[in-house]
This record gives sequence, C-alpha cells and structure tokens, in this order.
Amino acid sequence: MLVYLLKRLLYALPIALSVTLVCFLLVHIAPGDPLNAVVPADAPAEVVNALKAAYGFDKPLPVQYVRWLGRALTGDLGTSVATGRPVADEVLSAVRNTILLAVIAAIIGFALGALLGGVAGYRHRGIVDRLATALSVVGVSVPHYWLGMVLTIIFSTRLNWLPAMGAGPGGSKEWLWDGEHIRYLVLPVATLMVIPLGIVTRTIRALVADTLSKDFVQALRAKGLSDRAVFLHVVKNVAPTALAVMGLQLGYLMGGSILVETVFAWPGSGFLLNTAIFQRDLPLLQGTILILCLIFVLLNLMVDVLQPLIDPRMRRS
Amino acid sequence: MSNPLISVSDLTVTFGGSRPVHAVNGVSFTVGTGEVLGLLGESGCGKSVTLRSLLRLHPPRRTTYGGRIEVDGHDILSMSEEQLRRYRGSVTSMIFQEPLLAFDPVYSIGRQISEAIRRHRAMDGTAAEAEAIRLLDRVQIPQAARRYHAYPHEMSGGMRQRAMIALALSCRPKLLLADEPTTALDATVQIQILLLLRELQREMGLSIIFVTHDIGVAVEISDRVAVMYAGRIIEEGPIAGIIGGPAHPYTRGLLASTVTQNMRGTRLEAIPGAPPDLADLPPGCAFAPRCSHASATCLASIPAYETHAGRGVACFHSLNDEGVPPSVTAKVS
Ligand SMILES: Nc1ncnc2c1ncn2[C@@H]1O[C@H](COP(=O)(O)OP(=O)(O)O)[C@@H](O)[C@H]1O
Ligand SMILES: [Mg+2]
Repeated sequence: MLVYLLKRLLYALPIALSVTLVCFLLVHIAPGDPLNAVVPADAPAEVVNALKAAYGFDKPLPVQYVRWLGRALTGDLGTSVATGRPVADEVLSAVRNTILLAVIAAIIGFALGALLGGVAGYRHRGIVDRLATALSVVGVSVPHYWLGMVLTIIFSTRLNWLPAMGAGPGGSKEWLWDGEHIRYLVLPVATLMVIPLGIVTRTIRALVADTLSKDFVQALRAKGLSDRAVFLHVVKNVAPTALAVMGLQLGYLMGGSILVETVFAWPGSGFLLNTAIFQRDLPLLQGTILILCLIFVLLNLMVDVLQPLIDPRMRRS
Repeated sequence: MSNPLISVSDLTVTFGGSRPVHAVNGVSFTVGTGEVLGLLGESGCGKSVTLRSLLRLHPPRRTTYGGRIEVDGHDILSMSEEQLRRYRGSVTSMIFQEPLLAFDPVYSIGRQISEAIRRHRAMDGTAAEAEAIRLLDRVQIPQAARRYHAYPHEMSGGMRQRAMIALALSCRPKLLLADEPTTALDATVQIQILLLLRELQREMGLSIIFVTHDIGVAVEISDRVAVMYAGRIIEEGPIAGIIGGPAHPYTRGLLASTVTQNMRGTRLEAIPGAPPDLADLPPGCAFAPRCSHASATCLASIPAYETHAGRGVACFHSLNDEGVPPSVTAKVS
C-alpha cells in the first residue's frame, strides 16, 4: 500500500511538471507580444528592449522557463502587468474565494445528488427515479450563465431578496461568516451546484441500481441481513466510483466557474482569469492557470489515493 | 418417511410485467432430514426459481407465489419480513453457482462469514472471527487465519466455493440450497467440492436440495432426484431407479444426452428443439412439441402426476423398463 502511495506521488510529479511547461508556453504561443498591453505601439525600440530585458523576455525560451519555474517554486509568480501587484497574492485571494464557492456548491450538490440518486437507484423506475432522471438531464443541459442570469432577474431584480453582485456588502474583499456575507453566496452557489447535482444524481442512481442487481446482494439477503445492513454493503461498493466522479466535479467547479463568477462578479479565480484575458495581463493569466491546474492535479491525486483505501480490487500495484 | 423436514406443495411462482413469466407451475416435493434431493433439468426450466422460493428471495413487488412451502415447521410464504430474516441463513442457507459474484467484492471473505455468525449467533466480533477461521479450516482452506483477510478476487474458484460453503454452514442450518455450485469449476475441483459437501452433509445431518443440469453430478451427490421441465416436476424417484429406468421421455432424453456429451462435447443434443416460452405455455404437456411419443391427448391436456412405489411421473405415455409406452398408464380425464 505504501509502495502504491509513493508510486502514485511520483507519477504526479511529471504531470505537474508538464502542467507548468504548458502554462509557460501558453503565454509564448499566444498571439501578440507579452508587452503589447503595457507598451504603446509607437514606443521607441530602446524602451521596448529595456523592458524586455527587465522581464527577461530577451533570453532563449528554455532559460526563461527554468528561471520562471525556479521563481514559481519559491512562490513568486511575477507581478501583474495591469495592477503591479504580485500575481501570487492576487491568485491566492481569488482561489480562496473560488474554493469557498466551489466547496459549498459541491457539498450541497453532492449531498443532494447522492440522496436523490440513491433513492432513485433503489426505487428503479419509480416516481423519484423519473423525477431524478428528469432533473439530472435539466441540470446537465441548462447553461450555467443563463441560469445565473435568470436567478438574478427573479430573486435580485424583481423580488429584491438577494444581492446579485460581489462577495460581500460594498464590494468587500474580506470574507466573513456572517448573515450579510452568506446572502451573497446564495445565488452563485445555487447556480453552480446544478451541474454537479445532475451528474452525481445520475452516477449514483446508475451505480446503486447496478449494485442492487448483483448476485451478492441476493446472497447477503439470503444470509438474513436487514435492509440497513445490505445498504451499508451497497454504499461501500458505490463509494469508489462515486468518489472519483465527485473529485472530478470538484475540479471542474474550481476552474470551470468563469462564466458564473463573471455573471455574479464573484472575486474568484474564474473572474480573475476573465480579467486577465481581457486586459491581456499575461503573468496574471499564467499564474492563475498554473494554480488551477495544480489544484486539479492535486484533486486527482487525492482521489487516486482514497479509492484503493475503499476498494480492495484497486490495491494491486 | 415420517414428517419430512421440507414439504413443498403445489408451488407456483409468477413474475409480473407486461408478459407475466410463469416460472414455476405447481411443484410439489418433500425432503427428509439428512436427505439430498437432486433437482435436474435444462437451463431455464425453473430450478433456480424453485430454489430461491425456499428463501423467498425473489423481488417482492414483482413476484406472486402460490401453494405452500414448509421448512422445519415454518410456513415460508406467510412469514413476516422480520421472521424471514431470522429464518434466512439460520434454518436454510444457500450456495451459488458463481462464488465470485456471490461474495461482496469489497469485503474480505472472513468478514462476510463473521457477519452472518454475528447476525444469527450470540457472538461478539472476536468470537465470530475465531469461529469463521475454524469454519474456513473445516472446509479445508489452507492457512485459514490468513485467508480470513483475503478478498474474493484474491482466491481461486475452488477456494471461493469452499469459503461459500463455510459461510452457508456458519449458522448451523438444517437445509442447504445448492444452485449448481460446481458448474463454474473444472472437473477435479468439482469432485473435491462434491466430496466435501457430502462429508459435511453426513456430519451435520444436513438436508440438501442440489440443483444441477449434469446427471453425473446428480448421481454423485443425491439420494433422490426430481426432474423439472417448464416449471413442473415431471419425474421423481431414487437416483438408481431413475438412471436405471427413466419413465418420462424427457428424462430418457436427458440421460441419452449425457452419454453423447463425452463423445461430442455438446450438451443435451439428444433432445431436438428448445424448452417452451414460460410467458406463453402450451395448453397440454409442455414437452409434447419435442416428444417423439406425443399424441393428440398430450397436446390437449396436462398429464397428471402419478406416484407409485416411491417413483412419480407426469406423462400419458410413461415408459416402462424396456422403453415401451404401456398404454394402460395413460389416464385421460
Ligand atoms: N426475477 C425474475 N424476473 C423475471 N423472470 C425471472 C426472474 N428470475 C427468473 N426468471 C425467469 O424464470 C425462468 C426460469 O429461470 P431459472 O429458474 O433461473 O432457470 P434454471 O432452471 O436454469 O435455474 C427463466 O425464463 C427466467 O428468465
Ligand atoms: Mg439456474
């Protein structure tokens, strides 16, 4: 088991390294010069060259990569071209906000999805099953941003019950666990949880129905186990796959909320990414993508480590 | 036989749906204490459905039972859910065709055995584990204490079936239901498992209903056999009598097919045609369309089940020892 853990950790390293390489190259493959955003088009050549030297853009690419990676490892992701603040600070505070949103949406979506999918799987072709199936189809196919706008129009513009923009009163950047701040969470969380809810419902429903049709469930009943005891067996059988799907969904929530964060002006990583793209703030873009990708790699690593702890069949190395 | 341990009378099992499946259509038999009944028949004739009915294992909402099943004084079809749970595993237990599928893949086999022990016997975790290890040792699994922690996928087919037997016998049942437990195993392992079952059966005075489609296996293990066709028992008797002189043309065909099996490597080739659709049974004898002795009577009405001197047969043209249908046995009503 320990060998497996070490192996899996070792596999994660090259993946993380390739992620950094892709992030680095992204900026250099992107059309336009990284300095275009800050330097006027008619700036004299010496100024441009001096700036290039200052940012290190005059060195060959491999050298630039190694230097960039070295700095990144020490937590220095450069400075934002637009604001002049350290990229690491910007990304970190944005990621914190995104994690807040993603984790709450995930917890609610996963819990509701597991409940709904579990009941649907047990009551195959029953009313809850049909309802759950319809709901998960809608959940997966309704566009995020559209739902976000509809919710805003209903609950914010029309009814004036909930705030529609930002992460706190007066554009506050400091998150607090008070009623005033939590009100700002409601609409983005409601919008964001719909997709994981749909996917988790569908997955759990299929897994539970499949497990219940297995011979061993009959064998468990044949030895006199109660429905509750059989349910525990079902949970343990469903858990490894369900966990993998949830891990993936959490990963998507971390990075995939650009549109939702933009609709609700939520100061998270998606919002930051949006800003970075439109302001052509390449160091900021690079840093944000890098952190998001690394979070994704980390989540996958966690799932891969947890799965064999539950499922003995995956323990073979 | 005085007061049999198991008595099934006129059992019917129907699965609901748009086309109801009549899987069992009036099955009656008895099994005495310490007796082994072999249940023979082609696949799809309702052997497993009959067997599972003795534990009332079919999906409750889709299944309609008729008739009566009595095991050791329990009226199975009228038990409450709670009574049923206490009965399952302790009075009657079951071993399955494919032990790999019959064990939960994410629990160790030892835990699945001690789970049953704790369910039915007043034992705590440690005592149940010790008992499970003793049972694994009893079914001749080497290094039982270590194997307690093994997962189903880590064992061979034969070892898994031994563990399944240990599980089934862990709560000292009176009746063991065996649903083709050796079909998935290769020949040498098959014989070892049969010998083990026979030995444990004698030791514990166990009654067994052993389902198989292999006459060779039935001969090895059974005292008596009942032959099923399309959800009915069509012939029954002591194993030697059935082998020596099958009375029903279907039994005769089955025996012939076992003889040809070794030569041609295909099963049941001697009987042309296929068993009938259980959702659309013919009005007469279900075997008539495939039977070379069939007459107009056979196609029109179902032959009554006649018993004589420990033998029973349901056929208008049942065969005597020479294989000639004596017309006097035909009793048309
Ligand atoms: N739960 C069920 N629902 C509907 N049909 C079933 C069910 N279980 C068994 N059957 C049907 O009953 C018939 C007899 O099956 P079975 O008893 O398993 O045959 P076998 O003699 O091979 O063991 C088959 O046609 C099978 O499809
Ligand atoms: Mg069967």
